[in-house]
Amino acid sequence: MNQRTLAAAFSVTVPVLMGYLAIGMAFGLMLQSIGYGVGWALLMSLVIYAGSGQYLGVSLLAAGASLTQTAFLTLMVNFRHLVYGLSMLEKFRGMGARKFYMIFSLTDETYALLSSAKAPEGVDEHDFFFAVALLDHSYWIAGSIIGAVLGAALGFDTTGVDFAMTALFLVIAVGQWRAAGSHLPALLGGAATLISLLLVGAEDMLLPALAIIVTALTLLRSRLDETDQREEGRTCP
Amino acid sequence: MPLSPMQTLASIAVMAAVTFLTRALPFLLFDRGDHPPKVVLYLGRVLPPAIIAMLIVYCLKGVTFTALGGWVPPLTAGLAAVLLHLWKGNDLLSIFGATVLYMALVQGVFG
Repeated sequence: MNQRTLAAAFSVTVPVLMGYLAIGMAFGLMLQSIGYGVGWALLMSLVIYAGSGQYLGVSLLAAGASLTQTAFLTLMVNFRHLVYGLSMLEKFRGMGARKFYMIFSLTDETYALLSSAKAPEGVDEHDFFFAVALLDHSYWIAGSIIGAVLGAALGFDTTGVDFAMTALFLVIAVGQWRAAGSHLPALLGGAATLISLLLVGAEDMLLPALAIIVTALTLLRSRLDETDQREEGRTCP
Repeated sequence: MPLSPMQTLASIAVMAAVTFLTRALPFLLFDRGDHPPKVVLYLGRVLPPAIIAMLIVYCLKGVTFTALGGWVPPLTAGLAAVLLHLWKGNDLLSIFGATVLYMALVQGVFG
């Protein structure tokens, strides 16, 4: 990877730099507040590397969740990544050994950059993708380390910092709500989970909720697929 | 810290493995040029909003209505996140603003 590639990648990743330093710091602070220091923050950001996934991770560690519960909830939070992969199949083809890292590092933000950003003239596209992914990951690691160190040094009251996870999901939901052709899936997801919470309680609510959601969405397919086609028809005459 | 260091390592390993799996699955299944079945594409499109809605309800499962402190902070801060996001559309501002407001409410007003 030459300097020109790195410079081109840096300029497109500046917004992610700001974002990851801030969200990464919040993660480091949260982790510190439940008793895990900078080494743990570094390890998690290095090997997991997922914004909402690591926020969830803090809650799971704080609650002493079982491995099964940890696996299930992590799967739920990261489910949207399945969709990202589908649209990156072509882009990552032929990247050889680096493809493994590209798949590992496919976060929301890197996905957004890779879907839109183009390598400048004279810069190899695959080198450029790799540099973008690597830079984003390093910002995330830097942010979480700074947060953990600051948390230890300041020692201020972090009660309530875990609300960042709720806020993150709300922000994702607002974005999805605006982009969606039909709001039925979101409404159904909320309603099914409320029903499940009332029926089986907070401890085991997610699996029944997910079962209701998948079943209902599968049954509604003919209706919802039509909605999407109408939307497409309207935007692309 | 309810977990021992070894249990924590195991948890982190599970989180890392599952996260990687969700990112790798499309490549494992569909990278040979086959087209994904239509039902997979359909679920890939409609499931994410439903699951995010599910997780929001899950995050708010601790809300109680017996005292003001049980529901005013999460609902106020949640509303703030949504309004800030509709207004400015900046992820960080919305998340940070709402979290700071929540912390102020639970530590100061209802602390």
